[in-house]
Amino acid sequence: MKRRNFIVAGAAAFLAGCSKIGKTDAFGAVVDTAESWNRGLHRALGFGRITMAPEFARSQISPFFRGNGTTEVAGEAYRASAAGGFADWRLAVDGLVAQPLSLSMDDIRALPQRTQITRHDCVEGWSAIGEWTGPQLSALLEMARPTDEARYIVFHCADTLGGAPYYESCDMDDAFHPQTIVAHLLNGEPLPERNGAPLRMRIERQLGYKHAKYLTRIEAVATLDGLYGGNGGYWEDRGYQWYAGI
Amino acid sequence: MSKPEKRHALSTRLWHWVNALSLGILFMSGLNISNAHPRLYWGHEGFAPGDEWLAVPRFPGWATIPDYYSLAGARDWHTVFAIVFAFSLLAFMIAAFLNRHMQRDIFARAREWRPSNIAVDIREHLKLNFDHGSGKYNILQKITYAGVILVLLPLMICTGIVMSPGGEAALPFLTDLFGGRQSARSIHFLAAWALFGFFLLHIALVLLSGPVGQLRAMITGGRAE
Repeated sequence: MKRRNFIVAGAAAFLAGCSKIGKTDAFGAVVDTAESWNRGLHRALGFGRITMAPEFARSQISPFFRGNGTTEVAGEAYRASAAGGFADWRLAVDGLVAQPLSLSMDDIRALPQRTQITRHDCVEGWSAIGEWTGPQLSALLEMARPTDEARYIVFHCADTLGGAPYYESCDMDDAFHPQTIVAHLLNGEPLPERNGAPLRMRIERQLGYKHAKYLTRIEAVATLDGLYGGNGGYWEDRGYQWYAGI
Repeated sequence: MSKPEKRHALSTRLWHWVNALSLGILFMSGLNISNAHPRLYWGHEGFAPGDEWLAVPRFPGWATIPDYYSLAGARDWHTVFAIVFAFSLLAFMIAAFLNRHMQRDIFARAREWRPSNIAVDIREHLKLNFDHGSGKYNILQKITYAGVILVLLPLMICTGIVMSPGGEAALPFLTDLFGGRQSARSIHFLAAWALFGFFLLHIALVLLSGPVGQLRAMITGGRAE
């Protein structure tokens, strides 16, 4: 075999090998380990302080905030509520909590509000800056009081993507993070439909797919097993990592 | 008492091959990730066609890991080998300072920076004469290796951290240093291709300077000259 052919054959075998290895359980276990390492490193590098996503000036806001994933919701109930300006929209807070809640939009607007100008980073690579307003998720959770067994917060949504319901989840560290808010305003206006009207999550230290839109229900759970695909999120059930801080 | 001096220390050889594997996987999975949004911007934000300074061509399957388009799969490879790459570089740097490889062989002396010395070195390289000068590496090698080890490789790590929302929250000064996340993404892309350029040059010079002996030295350690 000529040397050049040998190199080409070697490179092709390496590539085919990588693609095969990528589908094995053992590689999946390595990826899970790396995922928890990355998460642990990001937390550890804060050296005890609560790490914060950068916030920006009004002048840096993107002139148009792109919508991605679902940009129009099909469900009948959603369409009817949208036609009424979401006046009848309810957000449930339940699961492993001492006091389940059902909040109206007025209830949510009556809570102390946080406004933050942050950068939204899509897993694909693009970024957009917007000003988000809403109560901190911690305020809702302090009212509902998750029990000691609760380890994750799950976000249920009104939209489906490719026929499957969208959902997301985060750990208690992100759930109680000061920048984790239930946003109802973008740049001072009620959320446009493409950006998640009437309510969406902002989980600022993670990529865009964690920021569930069209929020209907917030559930405290002990495990993510048995929920939808069991991996803690719509995209996670399709191979993406649950910790999207990288 | 003293063992015969090796041309390459064990720590250097181990790192060389771990790093070669890591960079190969990071580069090829990175090309797959690039295909997810093949536009590059400067500043903090950017997403719209027309705002980019570079529309990146689509990289074919034979150049990417996995060998088909999969953002989730490519990110798995990228985030695993980012850890291998960063910690092996850190370990090598510590070892290379402790065994004085860095100070002795990579850092140039003041006299080596004289234009006459650099000119001689360029002339000898053009004549394909690589056995000149007194130290282990000549000035062009020192500039190249220092540029890769102390500038390009740390640059890949720092711009990678800026692109990670969780990493950026921990080390926010890095974002300011690079002028925003999309600038860091552009620099990450440019530095990756600079490393690819180094790879081609490195292979070419190994082939021109006795590849069998060079390879053997990087595996067994070889013998110091």
